[in-house]
Amino acid sequence: MSTLPVPATVDATVDFLAAQDYVADRRLATAVFLALTLGRPLFLEGEAGVGKTEVAKVLAAALRRKLVRLQCYEGLDVASAVYEWNYPRQMVEIRLAEAAGGIERDRLAHDIFTTRFLLKRPILEALAPHDGVAPVLLIDELDRADEPFEAYLLEVLAEYQVTIPELGAIRAEVPPVVVITSNRTREIHDAIKRRCLYHWVDYPDARRELDIVCRKCPGAPASLAREVVAFTQRLRAMDLFKAPGVAETLDWAEALVALDRTALDPQAVADTIGVLLKYQDDIGAIAPDVAARLVDEAREQGVRL
Amino acid sequence: MTGRLAENVLHFVRLLRACGLPVGPAKLLDALAAVQAVGVDNRADFRGALAAVLVSRHEHLAIFEQAFDLFWRNPGLLEKIVASLLPQVHGRTGEGDAAPAVPARLAQALLPPRPDRGDEDADEVELDAAFTFSPREVLQRKDFATMTADELAQVKRMLATLRLPLPELAVRRTEPAGEGARVDLRATLRRLAHPAGALAPLARRRHRRRPPPLVVLCDISGSMDRYARMLLHFLHAITNDRHRVHVLLFGTRLTPVTRHLRHRDVDVALSRVAAAVSDWAGGTRIGACLAEFNRRWSRRLLGQNAVLLLISDGLDADAGAGLAFEMERLAKSCRRLVWLNPLLRYEGFEAKPAGIRAMLPYVDEFRPAHNLDALEGLTAALRGRAGPRRATPPAAASGAGSRVAPARSGPTPAAAMPATMPAARVLR
Repeated sequence: MSTLPVPATVDATVDFLAAQDYVADRRLATAVFLALTLGRPLFLEGEAGVGKTEVAKVLAAALRRKLVRLQCYEGLDVASAVYEWNYPRQMVEIRLAEAAGGIERDRLAHDIFTTRFLLKRPILEALAPHDGVAPVLLIDELDRADEPFEAYLLEVLAEYQVTIPELGAIRAEVPPVVVITSNRTREIHDAIKRRCLYHWVDYPDARRELDIVCRKCPGAPASLAREVVAFTQRLRAMDLFKAPGVAETLDWAEALVALDRTALDPQAVADTIGVLLKYQDDIGAIAPDVAARLVDEAREQGVRL
Repeated sequence: MTGRLAENVLHFVRLLRACGLPVGPAKLLDALAAVQAVGVDNRADFRGALAAVLVSRHEHLAIFEQAFDLFWRNPGLLEKIVASLLPQVHGRTGEGDAAPAVPARLAQALLPPRPDRGDEDADEVELDAAFTFSPREVLQRKDFATMTADELAQVKRMLATLRLPLPELAVRRTEPAGEGARVDLRATLRRLAHPAGALAPLARRRHRRRPPPLVVLCDISGSMDRYARMLLHFLHAITNDRHRVHVLLFGTRLTPVTRHLRHRDVDVALSRVAAAVSDWAGGTRIGACLAEFNRRWSRRLLGQNAVLLLISDGLDADAGAGLAFEMERLAKSCRRLVWLNPLLRYEGFEAKPAGIRAMLPYVDEFRPAHNLDALEGLTAALRGRAGPRRATPPAAASGAGSRVAPARSGPTPAAAMPATMPAARVLR
């Protein structure tokens, strides 16, 4: 399987993403195009469920490259993100050398810290892939990692290299495509952002969201898809603690299909609202009369979509 | 690329920099490369390319859009407009990194302090005393230079000694430690492989500890006016003392001022804060401000076990409407909620105002904050790890013959403190 070339224009990028059923707005396509053309990491920030992670998956599929994913969490360290020495093998090696007798310890120290004993974690795998094909590296939810890890990433993002004290710097021959996402549970340091192309992923407008629902949830009747999209768009305009993302819209459409609904009605909304809204206060705000009003409005607007 | 276009991009980058966006020379080169890659046939793509390179924060996007519209409609206009535009943009963005020109700052520092915008002050000064807590938003900028010598001396003493030692929490990251609980295989192996390492002791690591993030919500409404200036000095000290401190001020609206407070020089920092805050010494709408905080900030700031310090007298112009709801959410979002209330100084203080009654049940700790001693009591209380709370604030303890009641006896404030709160009487 050979990789595909990167698209040559912004228009081509839109088509390129659409071919993988990712309906990107022009801004995002421009950012993706620039990231691929200029070889810069792409930093995607936005609310949960707007399709940030999906960009990396789609890029990997569209370019026919492997996706290497690093899920960030607090306390993520070099040993689980970049590399680790294979201690059992090193111990066995030392034991064997001792058993053979006449060991030269200088030599041994040199021998057990070689690539043979190195376990690659996602970042090193992305920089030095075993099959030689530069993958797509997804650093997901970087805001969950702590500041020391961010600082470590600076070298990776600027130089596409990591430095292992015992081995020296390992540099990517072909830089991977890097996508970083953040939900903004804290601000990422400017030093990271400076090295990246930044894009704020917003909720899609109604038309684009309808396109997304139609592509991702082909089982939903067109009329239902319209109403679902119109309803969700109405919800986002409300003053909620957490507005539903595109992921929730898709889940909801699928849930309604699974319940054999072909049109929205207040009862269906009440039964399935937990798919859309995940906070009790928000669910409480959608009282039966509110739901009925929203459904009416959604029907009205859905026709016009 | 034609020289003309490159030149215009350069001017545009400069304009953004003047507006406070952190765009250095490297960004200019990136912008040129991006423009070259995208081309200039399509205005939207051109805009998108520049945005991808030059914007790195969501809140800067709006400034970028305005600047783009203004600049690329007719770049020739820029030279005429820019002079008049810049002061406005400074005012609107209010970003700490939108550093004003050094000469201006120097001049400010050298000249005797004078009211910033004399005409506005003249109009509104009369509102100051009368509307101590009114729903009217007093758009007023405060000059910190009016602080009395006494206050200054007090604050200086406070700054010399005050730190806010939050109990440290274990984090997942580890550090080398002789007596640590985990074996550090990597270091051990390196010892073993060392020429003299036939018998090497195990290297160990333990979990690192660090103080949790601190978020401060400080009331700057009219009724808090007497304390706010002193408290701001306090906030400046703790903001610069360590990382992960965020400060937001509120009266009728919420203003994040962390970046302004980060400036090392306390006078520069506070004058920037004064410029950024528009509702100084105005009304109080605690419920609305907490709602805004919960919606827009809590998820960004209260991660990683943050401690929240709420500084307010609890006198709410909205009479506590919606306050309990927002307080509950706030308390659930942070690890510990500490309320500093300057009113606690008064003998027989009772939680009669609706705002205070609504807030009290959700507070982990309730402390006075009216003077230096009270703040020192706070640091002492926070130093004790989460559990034991000082029963007597030092202010009360040092005052001979004063009647002292425990500020808090149990971990659940609701249980320990009924609505009338007889136990909270703290004497000076």
